[in-house]
Amino acid sequence: MSTAALNLPAAPATGLARSLSIFATETRYEFIRALRTRTFSLSVIGFPVMFYCLFGLMMNRDATVNGHQVAKIMLGSYAVFGVVGAALFGIGVGVAADLSAGWLELKRASPMPPLAYLLAKCCTAIAFGVIIVSILSLLGITGGHVQLSLADYLRMLGLTIAGCVPFACMGLALGLVVPFNSAPGVTNLLYLPMSFLGGLWVPLSILPKAIQKIAPAMPTFHLGQLMLGIFDRTAANPRGYADPAHSVLSHWLGLASFTCIMLGIAAIAFNRREQNA
Amino acid sequence: MTAVMEPTAGRTEPRTAAATEAREVIASLTNITKRYSNGVVALDNLSLDLRRGEIVAVLGPNGAGKSTAVKLLLGLSSPTAGTVRIFGADPRDPAARARTGAMLQVGRAPEMLRVREHIAMFRSYYPNPMPYADIVQAAGLEGIETRMFGQLSGGQKQRTFFALALAGNPDIIFLDEPTVGLDIEARRGLWAQIRGLAASGKTVLLTTHYLEEADALAHRIIVINGGRVVCQGTPAEVKSMGATSHNSTTTASTATVRTIRCQTSIAVETLRGLPGVIEANLVAGHATVVSDRPEAALREMLALDTTLTSLEVAAPALEDAFLALTANHS
Repeated sequence: MSTAALNLPAAPATGLARSLSIFATETRYEFIRALRTRTFSLSVIGFPVMFYCLFGLMMNRDATVNGHQVAKIMLGSYAVFGVVGAALFGIGVGVAADLSAGWLELKRASPMPPLAYLLAKCCTAIAFGVIIVSILSLLGITGGHVQLSLADYLRMLGLTIAGCVPFACMGLALGLVVPFNSAPGVTNLLYLPMSFLGGLWVPLSILPKAIQKIAPAMPTFHLGQLMLGIFDRTAANPRGYADPAHSVLSHWLGLASFTCIMLGIAAIAFNRREQNA
Repeated sequence: MTAVMEPTAGRTEPRTAAATEAREVIASLTNITKRYSNGVVALDNLSLDLRRGEIVAVLGPNGAGKSTAVKLLLGLSSPTAGTVRIFGADPRDPAARARTGAMLQVGRAPEMLRVREHIAMFRSYYPNPMPYADIVQAAGLEGIETRMFGQLSGGQKQRTFFALALAGNPDIIFLDEPTVGLDIEARRGLWAQIRGLAASGKTVLLTTHYLEEADALAHRIIVINGGRVVCQGTPAEVKSMGATSHNSTTTASTATVRTIRCQTSIAVETLRGLPGVIEANLVAGHATVVSDRPEAALREMLALDTTLTSLEVAAPALEDAFLALTANHS
């Protein structure tokens, strides 16, 4: 019996320490896996970066809308666009793929807590969100004359982490409801209109009134406004780049209710699968 | 290549029912009925026990309920009626799962993780995992540990799944069609590993379509059809039951049924009167005699006809027994 190889350290024995160790291991491997899957990692990071470079830096350089710098508006909007994409494609399509392959069944038969897998995928989406926000911020500062303080950047990161959760739940619902073959298509059909109608591609103030009216129904609108509200806050203008007609609380409530709806759908779909299993 | 040539080499335990019945029951399905929402009844009042240190092969035609039984034992599905117990607990209990390993028919595992990363991930789930080097050696993965799962051949992927089943050093292992896609050397290697597991006190439940595999490995075979246990016993017993099941006038159920074939001039009526004969046929001098006391029958035949040639004494084939058992009850 060969024991020449170094044995990996045994997992800690206590309950909480072991659970944390499992979560950490799971998250590490989910992230490595996502990073190595070039079709995912390059497009999830590439599209927001590409759109920002095109629409925010090359086309509308130095333009303003209502006194707000377009390059900065788009920095916030495309950051949200990127985070939502990372969550929907990483979790939605990811869960659908793992489910259809029977891989999740093998993991369920193991002692792994099911939450470990979900949290690992969520943390991976957050990590990609942080990467996207950082690249966009760098591009905006260097190429778009955007002034961004460190405090604002950290607030953007914090919002990325919190804002990933509603869309992670949406991804989970999609993964449980939509069959694997149609998952990428359905995800795109929801992701792109939702982003546009939430004002993530073109600032809402220059879109038709009809679209502006339905925007509050979009979770992307709420997260986008929260992100814009970080920029250029002054005593006279505490809402920054966001529309002062809506309060910060209303946006958080919008995201919270969206999260609950998505979790409800996910729970129903999960129970239906269980009963048929 | 002796390991390849002798399928039964290395099997040291006598595979009799008495040897295994004395051991404790560590997993059981008791009066299980499983009805799906579309009305299909997958298991119908089925009961089966698994004992420590035994290899049990579950055989049955497609749709018989083998995979459903395995899913119930793994806690991936819950029964409509009846109870499932592993180590005295519900199979969904993490403490029970910590002592269970499974190799299921998985279509695709994450392709952008290396073999050693897959093993490390599964090892992290268990409180007392098997040492990494032992897993790699047992699954025959030396040399391909750093390869991405997506780059592996079909046989290498199967061996990786076997490594994941072993990762937690489990006390009970479920193998669902484990040797599909393996070449003969890899298949015999896996058989040797399975025997080693049972020898060290672990229990293995194996479903397979390769009857030769069940014959070579199992201490006990359970034949399932239509959601019910059709018969169970050692491979020899099942073969005998299959050979005699189509003949309802006999009550023979011993493990000694043999088919004797030869060229002989003995008349067919005499053949039918030989000791223990269940069936006898004579076609153009070529006799086929099925008897449950083959030595006595053979002694008489050799005494009666000194010109007897082309003698062949064969144990009933598991294929024939299996077909007979599942045909009668479908």
